[in-house]
Amino acid sequence: MPNKNQSATRYSAVSEINTDNVKNLKVAWSFSTGVLRGHEGEPLVVSNTMYVHTPFPNIVYALDLTKEGAPVKWKYVPKQDSAVIPIACCDTVNRGVTYANGKIFFNQLDTNTVALDAETGKELWKVKQGDYKQGQTVTSAPMVIKDKVISGISGGEFGVRGFVTANDINTGKQIWRMYSTGPEAEVGFPGSVETWKGEEWKRGGGTTWGWYSYDPELDLFYYGTGNPGSWNPDQRPGDNKYSMTIFARNPDTGKAAWAYQKTPHDAWDYDGINENVLVDVNVNGQMRKVLVNFDRNGFSYMLDRKTGELLQANPFVHVNWAKGVDLKTGKPIEDPEKRTSATKNTKDICPSAMGGKNQQPVSYSPRTGFFYVPTNNLCMDYEGVEVKYQAGQPYVGAIVVSKPGPGGNRGEFIAWDPSAGKKVWGIKEPLSAWGGALATAGDVVFYGTMEGWLKAVHAKTGDVLWKFKTPSGIIGNPMTYVGPDGKQYIAVLSGVGGWSGIGVAADMSLEDPTAGLGAIGAFKDLANFSNQGGVLTVFSLP
Amino acid sequence: MKQVGRVLSDAPTIVVLLCLVCPGIAFGQTKHPLRVCSDPENMPFSNQKLEGFENRIASLIAKELGTTVSYIWWGQRRGFIRNTMNATLQEGRCDVVIGVPQGYDLVSTTPPYYRSTYVFVYPKGKGLTLKSLDDPVLKKLKIGVHLLGDDYTNPPPVHELSKRGVVDNVVGFSTFYSDENPPSTIIDAVASGTINLAIVWGPIAGYYAARQRVPLELVPVPSAQGDLPFAFNISIGIKKGDEALKARVETVRRQRSAEITAILKEYGVPLMDEGRTRAK
Repeated sequence: MPNKNQSATRYSAVSEINTDNVKNLKVAWSFSTGVLRGHEGEPLVVSNTMYVHTPFPNIVYALDLTKEGAPVKWKYVPKQDSAVIPIACCDTVNRGVTYANGKIFFNQLDTNTVALDAETGKELWKVKQGDYKQGQTVTSAPMVIKDKVISGISGGEFGVRGFVTANDINTGKQIWRMYSTGPEAEVGFPGSVETWKGEEWKRGGGTTWGWYSYDPELDLFYYGTGNPGSWNPDQRPGDNKYSMTIFARNPDTGKAAWAYQKTPHDAWDYDGINENVLVDVNVNGQMRKVLVNFDRNGFSYMLDRKTGELLQANPFVHVNWAKGVDLKTGKPIEDPEKRTSATKNTKDICPSAMGGKNQQPVSYSPRTGFFYVPTNNLCMDYEGVEVKYQAGQPYVGAIVVSKPGPGGNRGEFIAWDPSAGKKVWGIKEPLSAWGGALATAGDVVFYGTMEGWLKAVHAKTGDVLWKFKTPSGIIGNPMTYVGPDGKQYIAVLSGVGGWSGIGVAADMSLEDPTAGLGAIGAFKDLANFSNQGGVLTVFSLP
Repeated sequence: MKQVGRVLSDAPTIVVLLCLVCPGIAFGQTKHPLRVCSDPENMPFSNQKLEGFENRIASLIAKELGTTVSYIWWGQRRGFIRNTMNATLQEGRCDVVIGVPQGYDLVSTTPPYYRSTYVFVYPKGKGLTLKSLDDPVLKKLKIGVHLLGDDYTNPPPVHELSKRGVVDNVVGFSTFYSDENPPSTIIDAVASGTINLAIVWGPIAGYYAARQRVPLELVPVPSAQGDLPFAFNISIGIKKGDEALKARVETVRRQRSAEITAILKEYGVPLMDEGRTRAK
């Protein structure tokens, strides 16, 4: 599965490549995906076959690792209406495939969940989860838990009411669907409807486009929900539950054991979908089964994953919208000066809507006990309103301009000590660190940059031990596998795009700093470093 | 950073200069079709059957330029200009968008060819008369509005309603159109009584109100002191940097303004004079 294991630690116990020999790493082979837009996620290796996915049109390739140069074993090209492209908010990305019981599962942009025969690429079943004509799309990778495949939905900007769905892995039949907002019977947890005015929970947002994790012992799976939908904050008074929430659900019934809302009544688009990593750590001298979440809003949350009790919430990047989080109530202690409004200019809010961390997943090494976190150092201005135009009508929208945070670097790759709740070391990056992290038992940590560098760093010290410039910017996640020849390989997709890279991916006008929801303002010079193009590069020791 | 910005902002000037010395490829002289980006399903503006008033205006302009229209269809969503006029691939690009707000800065805009306004839409002769957003009755009525996005992206009267505390009784209507949700839905809801009134952009209101069995009243929403504007000038959008095409389109707009206005009236678009707040 993507993220290596159900705990989503992205840690590999393979140690052939270590801190001494990583400097000798060489390209073993490479492969063009044939698709230009942003490549998020990572390839998957299952018994000598590598499965590589692409952004829209969501091609899946099976590459035969037993043969020299890894030739294509099969290729699956879905038929999708290109009318779905304008619906995707932030580039037509996809975050990958997952495997179970001889089948490959993935989600298409047009909301179809598909099961393929892993050996032949034959389509076994296909289930439509939503209607892109109503603003619904899917960009996330599904997760298989027991005999069910769990999928989410995107489209919070269009008022899509978020949900998660469990389908039978063998037939595709829907087992259950639970919503983020609404009555208890539809959410699987009480307390949502009363935090909305009237029936606005019906357009409540809280979409579910991030990564999922699962604790088999507690039999609970975890995921985050996104920003509240459609209305501006003045029009949706209340906490807007359960947007911006970490849910713990039972995979058989869909019912929630607990729910914790990180950003009540969001006014910043701190879309709370980031992954929840399940680890056992020492908290005040006691080993606890916890969940750690590095949220878009800039706080790193640690919760007891059985009860949902909040144990820690510390900023991992520069944060000024809130002074901290009250551990008793779980609520942020907001700075009222930084709450955005339609009628005033709010300057220098940190982090920006792009988040202290976006979709790029973190990694955790049990050897060092550190999290490795690709972060953004971005702030933003909300400047009143300007005239825009959509569906034939002029309307007004806030001008959101993202800009580099303190220090001027737009990203930093950090090591984070969860017990102490603070940063251990950091590597400043000129652009945001928009790709995921990979930690290995060789004490080497890998991550990619938007310029296209794949870097190998020392897990303990943060010293950069090796780097290689891939053909395009990296917003995907490095992964490692042991090949049929017994050697350790490192693989990564490059192909710049996504929200931060949308200026390059969609060739937007660079003269408009507010285009791409403020992404252009922060990444105006990206084209100087990187161009479009999906390429998989695979490395090994000579 | 500063230097990069300067070089970029100089780019359009260079393009213009180059084209002055190569008139043979300038628009019109080789009879290229007029490439228009348009929404495939957004009446009364446009659709793929070419039934909208923007389709009619596009044909009029093309005819005057001695050419025909070739359409690039794309939903008018966020990213419309990015994916059409500024598309990566040359084949996907267009030169003209028939209707954009004047000064819309992703494109270069001609002087306006009409001015319309958001309007109140409610049944005629049923005892309701509305003149302003400050009318206390607005807190008691079920009001339909279009949903256009999330944080702070709403039709301007909707912002002003929420400023006045009119929130609970406002109902959102999607602008994702399909057979199940045609663009007329919000006006149909007024006619059927599902909602008491709607606040809708003039061209949409005018066209669909005229097609109801129940007579409907359309009243411009006046903008009070401190409010956002509710009336907007609408211009033709031209690809930035194409000054030659802009000049030719502008000439047609000026010379054929009577015909353009006649088309707008045929579609029931509430028209206002420049700077006026009352519809004619």
